[in-house]
Amino acid sequence: MINYSIEKEYEGMIDAYQKAGGDRNSLLGEGTARLVIHENKVLDQNGVAGIKIETRETENGVNVNLLVEEGVKIPHPVHLCFGVLPQEGLQQIIMKVNAKDNSAVSVVAHCVFPNAVKVIHKMDAEITIGNNARFDYKETHYHGEFGGIEVIPRAKVKVGKAGVYQSSMVISQGFVGKLDYDFDVFCQEEAVAELVVKAYGKGVDDIKVWEKIHLDGAGARGLAKSRLVLNDKAKAEVKGETYGNAPYARGHVDCIELVNGTEAVAIAIPIVSVTDGRAKITHEAAIGSIDKKQVETLMARGLDESEAVDVIVKGILK
Amino acid sequence: MLEIQNLCLSLNGKKIIDGLDLHVNIGEIHGVLGKNGTGKTTLAYLIMGVGNYTPTAGRLIFENEDITGLSVSQRAKEGISLAWQEPARIEGLSVRDYLMLSGKSRGVKQVEDYLSVVGLEPATYLDRDIDNTLSGGERKRIEMASILAMRPKLAILDEPDSGIDILALPSLLEAMREMNRQGSSVLLITHNEKVVEIAQRVSVMCAGSILKTGEPGQMNLWFKENCQPCAHVNEPEKEGNKR
Repeated sequence: MINYSIEKEYEGMIDAYQKAGGDRNSLLGEGTARLVIHENKVLDQNGVAGIKIETRETENGVNVNLLVEEGVKIPHPVHLCFGVLPQEGLQQIIMKVNAKDNSAVSVVAHCVFPNAVKVIHKMDAEITIGNNARFDYKETHYHGEFGGIEVIPRAKVKVGKAGVYQSSMVISQGFVGKLDYDFDVFCQEEAVAELVVKAYGKGVDDIKVWEKIHLDGAGARGLAKSRLVLNDKAKAEVKGETYGNAPYARGHVDCIELVNGTEAVAIAIPIVSVTDGRAKITHEAAIGSIDKKQVETLMARGLDESEAVDVIVKGILK
Repeated sequence: MLEIQNLCLSLNGKKIIDGLDLHVNIGEIHGVLGKNGTGKTTLAYLIMGVGNYTPTAGRLIFENEDITGLSVSQRAKEGISLAWQEPARIEGLSVRDYLMLSGKSRGVKQVEDYLSVVGLEPATYLDRDIDNTLSGGERKRIEMASILAMRPKLAILDEPDSGIDILALPSLLEAMREMNRQGSSVLLITHNEKVVEIAQRVSVMCAGSILKTGEPGQMNLWFKENCQPCAHVNEPEKEGNKR
């Protein structure tokens, strides 16, 4: 139930959630697991059978424990909405996720900071995926049009035998501000990990992405993928690290950074390491301007150059 | 419809297109037949205005308007389009969206029909991206479908048959006929003597020039007799000259 005194904040969050691409209806109804947090206040929380969400408000944020019970497959996505509506603020989310053996859950998160001028959003997550469990996490951010935000997501992820962990983070609307992303994933035997970050940098946005995947079990597989488009004076540094430490581990680092204009700066640092001769890790990185042939292909269908570039950028960030 | 007058292009001192004249009539499929390296793709690029090529001389007249200085978009809006020999891959752009943006106001049903014409099952392909997950042949057939969706006045098809398996060739030829039925003139660039038989007229190209124009049977014979082997790759003999 929503407390009357926080109803206004809740409505503000839901409006921002919708502007960030969320579906208002997904946060309604008893059949949907959800969590809405504004600054350090839990505005709405609902669990469903098989999933437990526990929260504790702290001085600067909220501690969240999310537990998916063994063998339970949650049919509908769990919806999370975190944000700070005022121009200034600090939000620190400390999250522990435990998806027990043979469970499956999909989480859709929207992080909204529509008015940020001086906002810091930190997330420290410990994620444990059980044997043969599956955890899909899709996070979309909206940071507004001022660029005054610093987002610092950190995660340590352990994926059990034959478990699957897929994570994507997308910031394609408004400014990014400062992003310092650091995810570290450890995969056991036959486990699969996929990390994807997509961001559209503008103005003086400053993007740092560090994706690390340790393939420690035989037959483990990993993909560290990043797609960045940089305009104006935006800069980005992407480090994709994959370690093949076990027989038949397979990993790939895949980075594309498109630089639009003369003042944006893109750096890609792929690190691939193999400590078992039967493992194989590959990488590819492409940095540069938007491919002229792609632009001309669309122009030959009647699009103006700027429309063609827009289609290509949207595709990269989709 | 398209009149190319004395078109020339030199790159690094080498003549790539050398005083080329070509006339494409309204409603015709006009073949350009030539071996590898004769400048066929460069000619396609010059007509479409892509590839950073600027003619060193000559004019391109389309529907009585000089389009030599127009941008790619402007030429497309005038009614010219190009199916590339090696079409670009665009990550995140679905087949559906590519065909819809090509076809502007045309609906999904028509887009599905165009995929069927080129022999691709709509349910399988509409939601796929035109990226590296498609084979070369699939991507080329989608390129043909996008031309069908666009319905340009002049479709330039650059080697539409290259990379296409023999079983798919009939659907490709049908796509060209369909373009023609829709009212598009087609400039069909190829080195395949069988494919060019679909044209009403054929021009034989060598070393950046058009040597001879006529009906397909005659031109195929002339091509065989004079261009296989070719004794004049860098100095084409004009019509009437004896080898």
